[in-house]
Amino acid sequence: MVNQLFPLTVRGATTRHRGKTLVGPIDLDLDGQGTCVVLGPNGAGKTTLLRLLHGIARLNEGAITWACDQHAAQTSQAFVFQRPVMLRRSVLENLIYPLRIRGVSRSEARDRAERWAKRAGLGSMLDRPATFLSGGEQQKLALTRALIMDPQLVFLDEPSASLDGRATREIENILADTQKTGTRLILSTHDMGQARRLADQVIFMLGGRVHETGPAAPFFENPQTLEANAFLNGDIVE
Amino acid sequence: MTCPSLAVSVHAGQAISRAADQRVNLTLADRPRQQGRDRLGNPVECTGSALRNLPVFAGDKEEGRRLDDLWQGLMQAIWLVVTLDADLVEISLRSLQVTLSALAFACLVAMPLAALLTVRRFRLRRSVIAVMNALMGLPPVVVGLVVYVLLSRSGPLGALGLLFTPWAMIIAQMIVIIPLIASISHQSLRDLWFEYHDLLISMNVTRWQKITTLLWDARRALLTAALAGFGRGIGEVGAIMIVGGNIDHATRVLTSAIALETGKGDFALALALGFILIALAIAVNLVIHWLGRTEREGRW
Amino acid sequence: MIRATLTTLLTVMVFAPAWAGDTMRMAVTTSFHNSGLADVLLPEIRADLDLEVQLLVVGTGQALKLGRAGDVDAILVHSRKAEDAFIADGFATHRREIMYNDFVIIGPQSDPAGAGNAITAAEALNRVAANQAAFVSRGDDSGTHKMELSLWASAGLVPEGNWYKAVGAGMGAALNTASGLDAYILADRASWLNFGNKGGLALLFAGDPVLFNQYAYLPVNPDKHPHVKSDIAMRLENWLASDRAGALIDKYTISDEKLFVFNASP
Repeated sequence: MVNQLFPLTVRGATTRHRGKTLVGPIDLDLDGQGTCVVLGPNGAGKTTLLRLLHGIARLNEGAITWACDQHAAQTSQAFVFQRPVMLRRSVLENLIYPLRIRGVSRSEARDRAERWAKRAGLGSMLDRPATFLSGGEQQKLALTRALIMDPQLVFLDEPSASLDGRATREIENILADTQKTGTRLILSTHDMGQARRLADQVIFMLGGRVHETGPAAPFFENPQTLEANAFLNGDIVE
Repeated sequence: MTCPSLAVSVHAGQAISRAADQRVNLTLADRPRQQGRDRLGNPVECTGSALRNLPVFAGDKEEGRRLDDLWQGLMQAIWLVVTLDADLVEISLRSLQVTLSALAFACLVAMPLAALLTVRRFRLRRSVIAVMNALMGLPPVVVGLVVYVLLSRSGPLGALGLLFTPWAMIIAQMIVIIPLIASISHQSLRDLWFEYHDLLISMNVTRWQKITTLLWDARRALLTAALAGFGRGIGEVGAIMIVGGNIDHATRVLTSAIALETGKGDFALALALGFILIALAIAVNLVIHWLGRTEREGRW
Repeated sequence: MIRATLTTLLTVMVFAPAWAGDTMRMAVTTSFHNSGLADVLLPEIRADLDLEVQLLVVGTGQALKLGRAGDVDAILVHSRKAEDAFIADGFATHRREIMYNDFVIIGPQSDPAGAGNAITAAEALNRVAANQAAFVSRGDDSGTHKMELSLWASAGLVPEGNWYKAVGAGMGAALNTASGLDAYILADRASWLNFGNKGGLALLFAGDPVLFNQYAYLPVNPDKHPHVKSDIAMRLENWLASDRAGALIDKYTISDEKLFVFNASP
């Protein structure tokens, strides 16, 4: 499958809040396929970068250019938040919701939702209120809800931040499957093991800017900057 | 509705003993219902409602008049309900009809308005919300007067001929409860919107879809808002008394009947109607909650 | 399913046609309504004329306003001056005298002012004022209020001071206040007899001819308000002035006391 969103070009993108620059200016070129992992210490601007690229944080300066037009770009992306947002509905209705928004008929939406729920291991809890699920189940549901529209790009903001090992593995398995279908993933994480397992590319952020970027293997083997080296060694970087 | 509070036999020319200890006797003799006499004394003129022919229940007369009124009120309330008094049923149903209709229309206006104020940012938004919150304390009497002036035959909407009809009462009550419902709805919708904001923006939903999603997912909180509106409406007398006119068999409801009986000094019957009003309000709340719970979609 | 039921229920409640047939609206004074006479006359009117008369129970002042605005089809009030002004302004073509009753002076049983020993109504009020005894006034521009004011005027007094309490309320509410304060008050006999919260009050003075209180029926002029049901109002007028109504009115008693004297000219 050819990903119509890429290449992505970011030039001088900056976002501010009340005069304070949160992120930027950012220059970035993303191409190809696979998973891009955003690394960096807390407050480096990882979440804001994801939100900025997705278009839910305000772009005060600069430009973010996708390969396709703006509307197509917006509708072929999805976002999984660090703290999953559950609609106050049943699991099934949570999965049906994005389909109905896009005008899929109710019966077809229901079929697709059931299929996806089963695949994600949520088949036994379709009628339960989503807010009653455990943290791991909620994140799985949020991820499934993001994937059900067959997006070409999924942003994940620390998707397994507060999950145990088993739930993390389940999420990663789903992500690995997703990647195989040609969907591009951009995720931020603090879990270095997860970064090494999933990353094809790495963006290392520091102080609201992209500090270092490149293919994953060379980055983990031989980071180019002092700060990235220190970060990978587990030292405190500010 | 008149009540059977018969007159004490004090005649114009009759000499009245002014001894202080006579007062107690007069007070007791003043409870004509105990004599079981019919005021009209003429069967032809009997209009057939028990509201006019209430029995008297034994109360502890030593407790003093006011407590006796409470006791009488309670017993009369039970009596009226048990015998399903025709007048009582009529005014209770009209109370429900007026307030539930006003509530339905008010919800149709207030809830979408609250949702719009939640999802849409415009320049005067904060001011509109502040005004809306302030209007929660709108004095019903003023609303009644304004609606009266508008609907009067000499007013701008006089041609509709709505004054002194249930429709006028519905309109007045709507105006009284819309700010309350909108304000409470807005509070809960705002909390939900705070939770949903990022997700819905991320999903690229339209404004209309935002509104319907919020209204649907906050339905339980909105039910509470509606019940608050119902509570304010069903117990409201200032506005409906003015625009309805408290006409027997046309615009008399429980609250205006209470005002009327109080005016006649029949506190017991007024209290009886008051107890029934409270019971009715509680019953409606319970029924609505029960209906809400039977929907098998889990609880939030 | 539940929603459907609720919706149906609500629709039925909203649009249930609750009122049908010949109806007209008449503004009457609280004193007339409190007498209970309406409960006797209305069923007879319904039987004889197939007419549902909806009563708006208000003070004379407001009754006249309702007539002026065209919000009622007729009024039944007792304030000659105001009625004449009403006719002079063209809101009614004529007034039809129907019946009269009388006002009485109510006060605490102990009668500290000695109003009960007075010869005339004006003298009774004089005694109340001289003793600065608490007096409750309707203060609502009603017929009773106007009568009270004219009595003060004839006594050569301007009631003022802490002892004079204008409550701005209907007859029942004013009587409740007087009962609570053990105060003097001017009331119509019917309201007093039917009042259920007499407390320490008693009827102290009555019988002065100036206290007689003439009720008149005024149909609203259709030239001013074309929508009023003038023909129905005429039918009601004829009925009220008929011997049949006269018999009912004259026969009406509370505690064996006759309340109204029918005096309509045929």
